[in-house]
Amino acid sequence: MPKTIQRWTRSHEFWLLAVVVILSMFLTAATDSFLTLQNLFDLLTSTSFAGILAAGLLVVLVFGGIDISFTAIASVAQYVALTIAKTYPIGWFGVFFVACCIGILCGLFNAAIIHKVRISSVIVTISTLNIFYGSLIYITRGDYITSLPTYFREGIWWFEFTDSNGFPYAINLQALLLVVSFFMTWVLLNKTNIGRQICAMGGNEIAAERLGFHVFGLRCLVYGYMGFMAAIASISQAQLAQSVTPTTLIGKELEVLAAVVLGGASLTGGKGTVFGAVLGVMLIAILQNGLILLGVSSYWNQFFVGCVILLAVSATALSQRRRHAGLAS
Amino acid sequence: MTVFLELTHISKHFGGVSALRNVDLSLKAGEVHCLVGENGSGKSTLIKIIAGVQAPDPGGRIVLEGREHSRLDPIHSTKSGIQVIYQDLSLFPNLSVAENIAIGSHMGLPRLANWNRISDIAAKAMARINVNLDLETMVSDLSIANRQLVAICRAMAADAKLVIMDEPTASLTRHEVDALLSVVKDLKSRDICTVFVSHRLDEVMEIAERVTVLRDGGKVGTFDASEITSRRLETLMTGHEFDYAPPQPAGEAAEVVLAVRNLTRPGHYEDISFDIRKGEIVGLTGLLGSGRTELALSIFGMNPPSRGTIEVSGKPLIASSNRVAIASGVAYVPEDRLLLGLALGQPISVNILATVLDSLAGKFGLIDPAKRVAAAGDWIVRLNTKVSDLENPVGTLSGGNQQRVVLGKWMATKPRILILDSPTVGVDIKAKDGIYEIVHRLAAEGVGVLLISDEAQEVFYHTHRVLVMRQGRLVSEVHPLSSTERTLQEDIYA
Repeated sequence: MPKTIQRWTRSHEFWLLAVVVILSMFLTAATDSFLTLQNLFDLLTSTSFAGILAAGLLVVLVFGGIDISFTAIASVAQYVALTIAKTYPIGWFGVFFVACCIGILCGLFNAAIIHKVRISSVIVTISTLNIFYGSLIYITRGDYITSLPTYFREGIWWFEFTDSNGFPYAINLQALLLVVSFFMTWVLLNKTNIGRQICAMGGNEIAAERLGFHVFGLRCLVYGYMGFMAAIASISQAQLAQSVTPTTLIGKELEVLAAVVLGGASLTGGKGTVFGAVLGVMLIAILQNGLILLGVSSYWNQFFVGCVILLAVSATALSQRRRHAGLAS
Repeated sequence: MTVFLELTHISKHFGGVSALRNVDLSLKAGEVHCLVGENGSGKSTLIKIIAGVQAPDPGGRIVLEGREHSRLDPIHSTKSGIQVIYQDLSLFPNLSVAENIAIGSHMGLPRLANWNRISDIAAKAMARINVNLDLETMVSDLSIANRQLVAICRAMAADAKLVIMDEPTASLTRHEVDALLSVVKDLKSRDICTVFVSHRLDEVMEIAERVTVLRDGGKVGTFDASEITSRRLETLMTGHEFDYAPPQPAGEAAEVVLAVRNLTRPGHYEDISFDIRKGEIVGLTGLLGSGRTELALSIFGMNPPSRGTIEVSGKPLIASSNRVAIASGVAYVPEDRLLLGLALGQPISVNILATVLDSLAGKFGLIDPAKRVAAAGDWIVRLNTKVSDLENPVGTLSGGNQQRVVLGKWMATKPRILILDSPTVGVDIKAKDGIYEIVHRLAAEGVGVLLISDEAQEVFYHTHRVLVMRQGRLVSEVHPLSSTERTLQEDIYA
């Protein structure tokens, strides 16, 4: 048992959790509004988009790949799904179905090119980002969709209750999708044989090939899953924004990537946990939220986020080096 | 013994190049068979054909447990109990020991992973070969020797009937090799056939029952281990006779170029004193962790001692950095030549001259390319290296020639003392022989050489005297001319 505890206290997640707790305690003490139900709900709702994407991207990183194109996939998915939903009564199921089909197809397109041409996934997905996004802008001419169906505008609103100030709360679409996405990813990576194959691939691709892993199948699954998550995230975002703007999602790639890397995932593959990714997303969200509550100009936002990522990644690298030096002597 | 696998008339061409020519091989259940040959002799291709990774040219026959095939595929060959442990071990560093061993249970159609079954399989596999490792430890946290055990356990978990180990001892210490050999004996008692693919000959001789020798893609023959000596094996592998002339004795009265007195660094080594004379080759051996590499790094200024003195040609060396050490005439060729010694993507000429670039600089500190090529060419000739173009990247050279480039790089600094840390790890006999020849010649030119090695044989046959370290202390000095290799072995293990 002590060994398990030792392993845990050495882990990246442990330190990250400590930072999240300390930051939360500080913000609770320094502001009146941080630890209020309302703020926490807002936090959860506004993090939904980045969080769902982070869950998808985690799988890609663990596999040893990278995807930059997911914001473009999300833009295309939500635009097409809600354009159809505007004219035809396809309902919630239809909206998700259309978006997810598009997301998965785009992901499979990435996987096929990466696999067949054997070029690095970063180059491929930067290109497809531009291809997906460029086509969308060309076809839509950048037009917004504002007149969304009523059921979509209302969203979902489960287990409603009202606090003492008369403020209503409920489980909304964003929170639900966020939780489900992380849970699904956790099940995939830790509870299924396919998930373990994904981790193994990220650890040693050559060995996986020698053992007879179905590499192309896994690659399709991983990038398809990313596309699927991009579609889910895009619906969550569109519902929150109450409109669809083809340009608004592009540019959020690096923020999501940063959150996942902050959570301990490695760009060289094989490393990363769902809990870490959750913490990474939480830390960035709390940091941004806290800066606003503290009244710091929002221009400083990115500066601080950058500093935190740099610190966290350096700290992990240094502690690992020390541990390996300890092993060697 | 029944024949498990029989290959006949196996050939393999890659484009116009023939990698294997008409090779026969039969492997019996429960035997320990060694497959030896130099780099490029076709060993790897043969293994890949057995593993089913590559198909042989048409015309060959493969009989596996009595059934005939024209080729094998990876899945079939695994199912029939053929397990290859590649030199890189093919482990997943980010997964636990248990998962690495039982990785086979993750294969197949999508379903939930059964963690209990994985622990169970792993524990059973370890029990079968009397290995005890923590199941939850990440493989990246294990030593190389333990990783190798994990790889063998994985083969056990896959119900191996034939285990092929590719260069299994290349990165192990003598002690770890012994542990490995006892595992192999265990496999034998379970009627599992083990094939060692190796070019470290002393180990081959220790354990093999039969030895198959390949040379230039063809089979030289299969021999009973009892009818073969390591000398004969070398001749069979290379087609040349090698003649191990001991180095020319250095004069007793020669100047002392390195004097180490009471050197101590707690935790690394204690109270070390020795001399090296001009033209003398001194061996330094001991088990991993005996402090030999730490000592060498101290003399080279990269691991400052806490007490004691070092003198180079009578002048005290305050070894505070390797720049100081290089300036006073100490050169160090590291153990891992690929990692530490060379910039693989850079041209050969640049690598050879990396240590003396300053002296080649002309006006404004720029280096004249013509001068560079000329100076590098000079070294290539002196080191007896075959190079088609000095401007090719070093990475394109063979292991032995790379090692020579590293040597050349340090010789260019005109050192008084040359420290060689395990210079022949991973190079084949011909290249080894070339390296010894260079070392002897350098000594003859008056350089004092400290040759560090794991292999008792190597230091015994190629040095004037051997210093043995154990647990950070210098425990004995062996003179090859008046002693035996056996004595040296005993001093090392004591």
